[in-house]
Amino acid sequence: MNDSQLIAVLASIVLQASPLIIAVCGEILTERSGIVNLSLDGTMLMSAMTGFVVGMQTDNYWLGFLAAAVVGAIFAAIVAFGSIRLGQSQVAIGFVLTLLGDDLSAFLGQNYVRMTGAVVPRAGIPLLKDLPILGPILFNQNIVVYFAILLIVATWWWLNRTQAGLRLRGAGERPTAAFARGVDVNRVRYLYTILGGALVGIAGAAYSLNVKIGWSDGHVRGFGWIALAIVIFGGWSPIRGAFGALLFGATKALATVLQRAFPEVSVVAFNAIPWALMILVLLAVGSDYTERFIEVMPRRWQRPLRRILRVSPPMALGTAFHEG
Amino acid sequence: MNQARTSGASWIARVWPLVPVVAALLFTSGLLLLFHASPGEAYRAMWDGAFGTPDKILSVVAFWIPMVLCSVGLLVTFTAGLWNIGVEGQIVLGAICASWVALRLSGPAWLLIPLEIGAAMLGGALWAAIAAVLKTRGKVNEIFGGLALNNLAIILTNYLISGPWQPPEGGTFRGTAPFQDAALLPRFLESRFSPLSLVLAGLAFAAVFFILRGTTWGLKLKALGKNPHSAFLLGVSSERETVLAMMFCGALAGLGGAVRVLSWFDSLRQSISGGIGFLSLLIVMLAAYRILLVPFIAFFFSVVLNGSITLQLKTQLHSALGGILTGVMVLFVLLFGSAKQLGIGKTRAGSGDAPEAIPAAPADSIAGDISTHARGGD
Repeated sequence: MNDSQLIAVLASIVLQASPLIIAVCGEILTERSGIVNLSLDGTMLMSAMTGFVVGMQTDNYWLGFLAAAVVGAIFAAIVAFGSIRLGQSQVAIGFVLTLLGDDLSAFLGQNYVRMTGAVVPRAGIPLLKDLPILGPILFNQNIVVYFAILLIVATWWWLNRTQAGLRLRGAGERPTAAFARGVDVNRVRYLYTILGGALVGIAGAAYSLNVKIGWSDGHVRGFGWIALAIVIFGGWSPIRGAFGALLFGATKALATVLQRAFPEVSVVAFNAIPWALMILVLLAVGSDYTERFIEVMPRRWQRPLRRILRVSPPMALGTAFHEG
Repeated sequence: MNQARTSGASWIARVWPLVPVVAALLFTSGLLLLFHASPGEAYRAMWDGAFGTPDKILSVVAFWIPMVLCSVGLLVTFTAGLWNIGVEGQIVLGAICASWVALRLSGPAWLLIPLEIGAAMLGGALWAAIAAVLKTRGKVNEIFGGLALNNLAIILTNYLISGPWQPPEGGTFRGTAPFQDAALLPRFLESRFSPLSLVLAGLAFAAVFFILRGTTWGLKLKALGKNPHSAFLLGVSSERETVLAMMFCGALAGLGGAVRVLSWFDSLRQSISGGIGFLSLLIVMLAAYRILLVPFIAFFFSVVLNGSITLQLKTQLHSALGGILTGVMVLFVLLFGSAKQLGIGKTRAGSGDAPEAIPAAPADSIAGDISTHARGGD
C-alpha cells in the first residue's frame, strides 16, 4: 500500500466514524446527566429513515437532518418522561423503543427502499485541505465530518469548562448535592436527554444521507448498540469516545484489507469483527484481569495505565432523583 | 363522597387493561390510514391470517410454542435481575446444534430426536454461559455481551449456510438442504405443528412454575434479583446463580431453536429465530413477570405476527405492522402500567382492584453493573 492509498483509507475511516462520533457525544451528554437512553438502535433506524425520506421529498438534506433530529428528540423525550415523571425503568423503556423504532422505520420507509435521494456533497475547506497528510484525511470531507469533529471539542468544553456543564455533571454524579446547590436536577436531565436524543437523530441521518446512503429494511441496525458500547469504552469522555468510534470505523477498512490478504476465508466471517471487538473493548475496561495486569506493571506506569484502561461511570447513572 | 371517588377509581382500574390494546389499535389504524389502507380490512386480513383455516390456526400454535419456551426461560433470568437480551442468539445456537446432528448423523427417529434436542439445549446453555461469565468475570453488562453474541450467532449461521453446510446444488443464502425425515419432529397432519414440542413446552412451563414457587433455588434467584448485596451477605453466590440462571434460560431458548428448525422449518435458515427472542422479552414485560399470564400473551403475539404476514401477502403492506402493534402496547403498559401511575386511582381503597404495577424492571442492572467497574485502585 503506498502513501496515497493509506491516506485514502484513513479518510474513509474518519468518514465511517463520523455518525458514531455524533451519536456517542449525544449519548454522553445524556448519560453524564444521569439518564441511560438505551433506545439508540431504534432511534437511529427511525431517524435514518426520516432523514432520507424528508431529504428526498424536499430535495434538501438540511431539512432531512432537521427532521431526523426531531425524531431523535421525541424518542429521547419518551425515555425521559417515562423515567423521570412516571418513575419507570429506563432500560425497559429504551429496549422497547429499540424494537419499536426498528419496526416503525421498516413500515414507514417501505415505499422508499433502494431509491436515490438527497446526499451531502463533498466540501473541502480551502487552505486547510491542502495541508500535507491531515488535509486530505480531515479537511477534504463534508459538513457531517466537520460537525462531528467540532462536536467532540464542543462536548468536551461544555462538560469540563462551563458552569452549565458543571450542573450537568452534578445531576449525574451527586444529584442531591447538586439539588442543594440550586440545580433543578430533573430539568437538567430532561434537557440533556432530549438534546442528546436530537444528536443521535442527526447521527442516524448522517448514515442515510452521507455514509451509507439510502434506505432499506434495518439499514443502520446495530450501529446504535455499537455507539452505546463506545460510550462505556470511552469512559463517558467525548475524546476517548471519539477514539473508540474511530476504532470501530476502522473495522470496515480492516475487513477490506483482511479480505484481500485471506481470499479463502468467507466474506461473512469479516462481519464478525465489530461484534468481537465490542466484547473485547468492554472486557478491557471492565475485567478484573486488567486490574491485575496493571498491578504487576512498574509502579510509575500504574497511574497512567489506569487512566487509559479503566473507566468509571457517572455515579447516579440510571437512578431516579426525588426532591427533598 | 369518598365512597363515590373510590368506586369511580375502581371502575377506571377495571377497564384499564383494555386501554393499551385500544391505544395500540388506534396507533396502527393511524399508520394504515397514512398508507391509504382501510384499518377494518387490514385487521380482518390479520384475523383471517391467524384463524382463517385450520392450517393457519395450527401455524399460530406452532409459532407460539418456541415463544413460550423462551418466555418461561426469561422469567428465570428476569427473576435473577438479568436482562438476557442474548436469548436471540441462544435460540440460533440451539438451531445450529440441532441442525448439526440432523445433517451429520443418521439413525432412527427415536435416537436422532433426543440427540438433536440434547445438543440444542446444550448449545443454547453454553452460549448463554459465555454471556454470564463475561458478566461475572469480565464485568461486561449482559445486555452488551448478549447483543454481541446474538450478532455473532447470526453471522455463524450465515457462514454455515453459505459455506460448509450449503446444499449440494450450490450456495444460496437461503438455507441448508432439507433434513432427512427421521430427523424432523413428527408433525400433526401436514402442518408445522409438532405435538411433541407442545409437550416439551408444557414441561418447561411446569418446571419454571415449580422452580419459582417452591424451590430454594427460586428463592435464591429472587434474593439476587431484588437485592444483590444482601443476597451476597446471606450466602447466595451471585456468580453461581447468575451463570446457572442464564444457562437454564439458554437451554430452553436452545430447545426453542430446535423446534424452529425441526418443525417450523425443515432446515437451517438465514433468519432462523424470526425475532422470537426479542418478542419473548416483550411478552414477559407485558405479563408483568407473572408466569400464568405468559402463555396467553404469547398466544396473542403469535396471532398478531402470523396475521401480519398474511396482511403483507394480501395488501403488500409491510408485516412490521404486527411488531408495531405489540410494541406500542408494551410501551404503553410500561409507561402507564397501572391506573395509579396516572394518579387516577390514588385512593387506597381503590388500589386493590388496580392491576399491579410492573416492577420497575428487575434492578436497573445496566447502571448497577457499570458502576461496579473498578474505579482505579484508590
